[in-house]
Amino acid sequence: MVSKISRRAFIKGGLVAAGTVAAGAIPAGAARLDESRQLATLLDISKCIGCGACVEACREVNAEKKPNPQKPFPAMLPRRVKAEDWSDKKDVDDRLTPYNWLFIQSADVKIGGAEKTLTIPRRCMHCTNPPCVKLCPWGAARQLENGISRIDSDICLGGSKCKEVCPWSIPQRQTGTGLYLDLLPSLAGNGVMYKCDRCADRVAAGGIPACIEACPEGAQTIGPRPEIIKKAHQLAKETGGYIYGETENGGTNTIYVSPVSFETLNRQIEKGSGRPHLGSVAAAMDQADKLVTAMLIAPFAGIAAAAGRYYKLFKSKKEEAVSNE
Amino acid sequence: MNKDTLKRMPSKNPLKYVYPALILLLTLSGVAQMPIFKRYYIADIPGLGWLAEFYVTHSLHYLGAVLLIGSAAYVLTDFLLSRRKTLQLTPTGWMQSILLGGILLSGAFLVLRNLAGFWFPPGMIIVMNLSHLAGVMLFLMTALYGLLFKKSWTIAVPEHMKKG
Repeated sequence: MVSKISRRAFIKGGLVAAGTVAAGAIPAGAARLDESRQLATLLDISKCIGCGACVEACREVNAEKKPNPQKPFPAMLPRRVKAEDWSDKKDVDDRLTPYNWLFIQSADVKIGGAEKTLTIPRRCMHCTNPPCVKLCPWGAARQLENGISRIDSDICLGGSKCKEVCPWSIPQRQTGTGLYLDLLPSLAGNGVMYKCDRCADRVAAGGIPACIEACPEGAQTIGPRPEIIKKAHQLAKETGGYIYGETENGGTNTIYVSPVSFETLNRQIEKGSGRPHLGSVAAAMDQADKLVTAMLIAPFAGIAAAAGRYYKLFKSKKEEAVSNE
Repeated sequence: MNKDTLKRMPSKNPLKYVYPALILLLTLSGVAQMPIFKRYYIADIPGLGWLAEFYVTHSLHYLGAVLLIGSAAYVLTDFLLSRRKTLQLTPTGWMQSILLGGILLSGAFLVLRNLAGFWFPPGMIIVMNLSHLAGVMLFLMTALYGLLFKKSWTIAVPEHMKKG
């Protein structure tokens, strides 16, 4: 059946629809993320004594956010999908788990010929362009304007994509909790992903993260990213130290300053599941972002190609008309 | 497909073959943004392992978007310059055009969101994610309907309706 919709009506309808979507899509809330509003932390590794006060404070302050899974877990299909259960291992504090969002790594190194054990508090790096947030298929992982990345446990389905795309594999899964239980528990989802949210609620209320507050040595400080970067460089210059986190994955909001190189530290720390590395990391989102330029050029290329075809057609018709005369 | 339409769509038109391949690439790489291909053994099929590589599928989705945007711009310009007097959209074509426009808009928003330095309210991101997904599902259903019932996007403008 032939439509009675004219070209004019179609274009008008299309523009109205596009306008409606666009108007709804770009409200005043959209903004350029101002780096000076992002809060970064500076960790002076030489000051950390590995007492674990930060780990304890983190567990205490964030206790209410921790999972409370329903057991038995629903049977999941297909069988390759395994439950991840940390509810009977809540006390584990030597790695990241859904119940332990901060742990202390240690590295035996030589400083000025003397052997020393350095301790390094490890948690989410809070990347400035976090792939866990950008690539979460539902928007359950989100970045706050102050640079904190957090996972909304009310809507996370526990697919673990955030962990796979995280250069440090930070988020950890707990099965038997979250929204997936109300949807298709056997067929989709597998719990909720958990990680440090840098005490987002305390920070929103004007406070500071529990780990920073609890540190007896003042190993950590927090402030606007540009200031923290400046401080980190100053500290590194004064101590002959090394910086990690400023450029890794395109930049993070967790900056470490170490008296030994991070290559050395990375060799010495225990790495693996729940124990992130300290290696160099290229900006994860860069590869796809390069294609954005091509996206901007594409419509002009399409228009030029169609115009070229039209010109060719027009020219051949004109030549045909001339030869017929 | 209507005879008149076939006459006006020369078989050597590369878009006729590129378009379905492009939709397939975009659908596969788009669905792959959800962690399901590995779970359901699809990525285990020889040659489909890339479907479980999130960064690969993300880049491929962007690449597909580049080609789709270019093709859409070409088709729209070509229609306005040389086919508007001879072709008109069918209801299926009208529906798919609107849906494709919506998918491109919500996709553009998500690309912008993914760029470093852009921030959008979380609720808005969820709405746009779901809009993009819903738009694609509707589009694929419409495309399937068109395929099964041989509904073309365009049809020749009847002689009595042609202007000038």
